[in-house]
Amino acid sequence: MAAARNARKAASKSDAPEHKPAPNIPQFTKDEDLHAYREMLLIRRFEEKAGQLYGMGLIGGFCHLYIGQEAVVVGLQMASTDGDQVITGYRDHGHMLACGMDAKGVMAELTGRQGGYSRGKGGSMHMFSREKQFFGGHGIVGAQVSLGTGLAFADAYKKNGNVSFTYFGDGAANQGQVYESFNMAALWKLPVIYVIENNRYAMGTSVARASAQTDFSKRGLSFGIPGEQVDGMDVRTVREAAVRAVEHARAAKGPYILEMQTYRYRGHSMSDPAKYRSKDEVSKMRDEHDPIEMVRKRLIEAHGVAEADLKATDAEIREIVNESADFATNDPEPDPKELWTDILLEARA
Amino acid sequence: MATDILMPALSPTMEEGKLAKWLKKEGDAVKSGDILAEIETDKATMEVEAIDEGVLAKILVPDGTENVAVNTPIAIIAGEGEDVSEAAAGGGKPKSNGQAAPDAEKAPVEAKSSEDAPKVPAAPATVTSKAAEPVVDEFPADTPMVTMTVREALRDAMVEEMRRDENVFVMGEEVAEYQGAYKITQGLLQEFGARRVVDTPITEHGFAGIAVGAAFSGLRPICEFMTFNFAMQAIDHIINSAAKTLYMSGGQLGCPIVFRGPNGAAARVGAQHSHDYSAWYSNVPGLKVVAPYTAADFKGLLKAAIRDPNPVVFLENEILYGQSFPVPQIDDLVLPIGKAKIHRPGKDVTLVSFSIGMTYALKAAQALAEEGIEAEVIDLRTLRPMDSDTIVESVKKTGRCVTVEEGFPQSGIGAEIVARLMADAFDYLDAPVLRVTGKDVPMPYAANLEKLALPSVAEVIEAAKAVCYK
Repeated sequence: MAAARNARKAASKSDAPEHKPAPNIPQFTKDEDLHAYREMLLIRRFEEKAGQLYGMGLIGGFCHLYIGQEAVVVGLQMASTDGDQVITGYRDHGHMLACGMDAKGVMAELTGRQGGYSRGKGGSMHMFSREKQFFGGHGIVGAQVSLGTGLAFADAYKKNGNVSFTYFGDGAANQGQVYESFNMAALWKLPVIYVIENNRYAMGTSVARASAQTDFSKRGLSFGIPGEQVDGMDVRTVREAAVRAVEHARAAKGPYILEMQTYRYRGHSMSDPAKYRSKDEVSKMRDEHDPIEMVRKRLIEAHGVAEADLKATDAEIREIVNESADFATNDPEPDPKELWTDILLEARA
Repeated sequence: MATDILMPALSPTMEEGKLAKWLKKEGDAVKSGDILAEIETDKATMEVEAIDEGVLAKILVPDGTENVAVNTPIAIIAGEGEDVSEAAAGGGKPKSNGQAAPDAEKAPVEAKSSEDAPKVPAAPATVTSKAAEPVVDEFPADTPMVTMTVREALRDAMVEEMRRDENVFVMGEEVAEYQGAYKITQGLLQEFGARRVVDTPITEHGFAGIAVGAAFSGLRPICEFMTFNFAMQAIDHIINSAAKTLYMSGGQLGCPIVFRGPNGAAARVGAQHSHDYSAWYSNVPGLKVVAPYTAADFKGLLKAAIRDPNPVVFLENEILYGQSFPVPQIDDLVLPIGKAKIHRPGKDVTLVSFSIGMTYALKAAQALAEEGIEAEVIDLRTLRPMDSDTIVESVKKTGRCVTVEEGFPQSGIGAEIVARLMADAFDYLDAPVLRVTGKDVPMPYAANLEKLALPSVAEVIEAAKAVCYK
């Protein structure tokens, strides 16, 4: 099976810093590692399949893959509880799967079919699930930061004890409304966790070329928002930091910033040849810091899980993904009548 | 299980590309992530990466081949433990990949046929009921009336709705302790407290986004902009976040929010504080846009807007805030969004306006009456969904129409009404429809120039006479 991978030709030397794992890494139990492995593998395989379907012309428009960043959302979800909300930008497939949304419905939305989460009217960048408290799926860079702060505003207003996980990238972190939101979230002590997924490139522009302050954990300092830099390639450090952030937010102490140092293996979108970084940079991350490989190795070496058992998990995940692809390719397109539905809700008399 | 590797599409528009170079040769073992080949499109060179493990059994399209169509099999990979030569011979039926390919071909065909389907100029998504009686007077003649300003009517509407529903709250600049920049929220903080009457920093983009997020989560925010000029900072959230999400979510995520504040020109505040955004918002599906004139309509329609499950842009006017009107003294004054009102009946010419434009239209109608021309004045009240029926029915009677607004002429509300009358009342028109609008210039500061830039009663009278050929 093959997929198009953003390649690069030029880009001699990367200006990205070396990825440094955390010094004191918390340990996972066998069950926790198994859970993380499964969740991350589902995202990886799903995204690979999506890339493949895109290559076949079954998915249109933009398609932003999460491959490489799986540990971030999986680790954070391990620290969340029912009722907490999640909102993100357009690189959103991983978040939906981690929130427990059905792979079939996500894939069918990618192919624009009636069984998709938005009945084919949203596409890759716009899916939602009220049931799973997933609030999208937003295509305007940075918009989800104010919206996610609004989810936290509602939590505080209702005093329901929930927190809002608001994800955005290193690119969005330079948008003005992010700081407007930081200001109000700190002022009103809103229970929001700002997760900055620093994958080093805002489309083709490296962090160093776009940001005067490249330590994103410090971006809330002038508002008194605590922040930390986290090895976002290691699901254990992600979960540990997330637990601290959740405790802080749930205790009504206000927002918290987690800069997740991560990496996307693929291009910004499917049509990005990624010439802005070196091949070595990509393969070094893949070879030395792959979030899934790390867990796999640990499961075998530290937890004594048999390779055959992991293969069974792999096969099971592949089956879920293949079923989703089959569904997404065979499900009908939306009825033409759907063009005119869901524009306004009926007002109650 | 052998699988075909297909020529991938790398962009929505790519149909073919060049297979530049194979980086693996037949017989090589491959694993997930290995680069198999490089392909070139007109835009870029990309790499084809293996997803599954196996052995590259056969290369079907050699190095240097140009114009390879998307989805053409370019190689075969033999699965683990599979006979490589058998796979290479083409025995291996591709599994999901290969099976999906015919679907891929089928899909666009289906898409085409469904594109063809809605040929009918589909009905605009409005909620106006067809052939309804035009609204002349909504209240029985003996309804007790109380005189109040538009300002008081707006405040009362919010107070009543906040008492009624705990989820309704007001947020904006100076809405709480200052009691409202225009005193619309006077007394709200004292009654409802800081939790429900929220002073924001000067940060329209941010607080509009927060309000929309809160609405997604089930609250019913009233998001006040000190003026709609400043809502330009926030228009992304009004349009992209509030108006579109219901559609993009397949109907899952509604956004019950009211964006309100003064719109259009005040007096002598210059171009950046005088813009009329009526036409802008009325252009956007997913929004309702309300722009009343009388205090009763401001009250009844604001209450309806707060209860509406959709995002409502509620356009007020600073000059109208202090004007007094009779307001029915009834317990729960809620008026229907999407219904125009015949403010003054007449038979000779239809004047259509809304918001402060009504002041020109009504004065002109009075003057015209003195000259024996009976103008029917329609107050649109709601701009989206626009109540075409009331306008069309009136024009069937009068055969003549003039639109009046303070906004710019191009693509304005008047332009929209003209287009609708061309489509729906062409045979009834006895004269071309004329528009009276603000002039096509940024608002000047000098008193005389500002007066010239705005519409005038004289212009409305002139236009009305022109369409009556008098």
